[in-house]
Amino acid sequence: MKVTRPSTAPAAALGTPKTRKAKTTGAQRRAVFLFIAPFGVLFLAFYAVPIIFAVVQSLLTVERKGTFGPPRQVFGGLVQYQQVFQNTEFWESVGRVLLFGVVQVPIMLGLALLFALLLDSPLLKGKKFFRLAFFAPYAVPGVIAAIMWGFLYSPSLSPFEAVTSEVNFLSAELVLWAIANIVTWVYVGYNMLIIYSSLLAIPTEIYEAARLDGASNLQIAWRIKIPLVVPAIILTGVFSIIGTLQLLAEPQTLRSFSSAISSTFTPNLAVYTTASVPNYNLAAAFSVVLALATFVLSFVFLKATQRKVSQ
Amino acid sequence: MSRSAAMLIMGVFTLYFLTPIWWLLVSSSKTGGEITSTAPLWFTMDSAPTFLANLGNLFTYSDGVFGRWLANSALYAGLGALMGTVIAAMCGYALAKYEFRGREALFNIVLSGVLVPATALALPLFLIFSEVKLTNTLWAVFLPSLVSPFGVYLARIYAAASVPTELLEAARLDGSSEVRTFFTVSTRLMAPALVTIFLFQFVAIWNNFFLPLIMLRDQVLFPVTLGLYAWNSQISQIPELRVLVIVGALVSILPLIGTFLALQRFWSSGLGAGSVK
Repeated sequence: MKVTRPSTAPAAALGTPKTRKAKTTGAQRRAVFLFIAPFGVLFLAFYAVPIIFAVVQSLLTVERKGTFGPPRQVFGGLVQYQQVFQNTEFWESVGRVLLFGVVQVPIMLGLALLFALLLDSPLLKGKKFFRLAFFAPYAVPGVIAAIMWGFLYSPSLSPFEAVTSEVNFLSAELVLWAIANIVTWVYVGYNMLIIYSSLLAIPTEIYEAARLDGASNLQIAWRIKIPLVVPAIILTGVFSIIGTLQLLAEPQTLRSFSSAISSTFTPNLAVYTTASVPNYNLAAAFSVVLALATFVLSFVFLKATQRKVSQ
Repeated sequence: MSRSAAMLIMGVFTLYFLTPIWWLLVSSSKTGGEITSTAPLWFTMDSAPTFLANLGNLFTYSDGVFGRWLANSALYAGLGALMGTVIAAMCGYALAKYEFRGREALFNIVLSGVLVPATALALPLFLIFSEVKLTNTLWAVFLPSLVSPFGVYLARIYAAASVPTELLEAARLDGSSEVRTFFTVSTRLMAPALVTIFLFQFVAIWNNFFLPLIMLRDQVLFPVTLGLYAWNSQISQIPELRVLVIVGALVSILPLIGTFLALQRFWSSGLGAGSVK
């Protein structure tokens, strides 16, 4: 294709003598701009700007002249953050979701891996059916899943009355694990499919070679398959961590079934409650702390698991 | 592990996954009283007429607002995911197939966007939208849903793996413009990834709760999940809503299951893209 416009100056600036295969032409550069601009604009407007806005809001504080004077926002420095760190309810909610995550995420990913390995093994018949049946709950939105399980947990409505009359899943002691069950029910199949599709991508010659060396199915799963799907497990792990810290729809919906869920049960519920008081500045500070915590946790998890892989 | 042990494990978990959905289906065919007084996992003698009556009530209650909610969800999730997929695919494709300054920096920014929890964005978005008087409008839920950093990530990985650079060179020699090449040649090669991105985003928007919860006051604008949530929280005052919530829940999950079944052939091959290094 002809170079329509020479535009030598920027081309020279770009053309640091790296191992460039083909020169980027002006038309190509315009195309890149066209391809990136729509996403770029939306990303700026609905990701970058809100984050900056939240940080700014979190540094402001509301001041009133007298008790009934008009409220005025003034720069308050880290006042909101001081409040965040002194807010015991918020930290209790953080502790609660961390406990939730430490228990629920390994169980969910362990089950997902087990199902994926079984689907990939020669042991199973009717794979297509199991794949669909296990994945079906993913099509149920969190709110709807919580409503459904809310009925199933309720002593008076549950089809499992024999169980629910003995064990109160909606009690203060158990409701966190009742939510964990809902989240697991919804997401196991989704994680299973991600791991399963990366198992399918492994070339089968590897298994044949291992079998010739006398490896059993279990050894092949443990020594070959699992190490090769570690990237998929990491991906599902990061998404699960983000999901855990974001818990909102399920506990908020279950509140109409259980009085054991407080308005600050999870960090996001605390943010929502604070925002509806309304104390936007404090809620913004909660959001910033929460986003940072998610970011750090995901990052640490990524680094820790990747180091293990490269060893 | 033996074959029977494997089948047993899968069988038990099939019950775990499907029983709640089965219960929902059975309960949808009962009157409010029958839900507690009859066998919970089996139909009654007049299940079919009761189901139809429940369905009728669902769509006529409160001036048929439920139908409106379904339509809203279809608009937010259907159109939003469709446009969002095209936008994400273009960006991911550009990041994969063109070299330009700041490419890696841009990709890293998008990647960090994947890690930002959507709920942390919802509150500042609400504050910004209330400044520009956009809260309690369709746009407040629709516009933010168009952005999918994960979609860009998937599109980049898949485009890098499935669109050969030689093919782009050949198209250039034939005089095809970059944009035309993308829409006629590259999108076809990226089809499994595009369907996967569409479905992920469709589900993400359909399930989104926090954003509509804080943005919308007007019932008429609610997506179906928020509408059912609102009904569910009124059950203690209006007990007859219980049946409607159960039937409504069943009706609301059918479109998603249908979409997945219809597109299954395409997305299952694109699903691994994000996890293969």
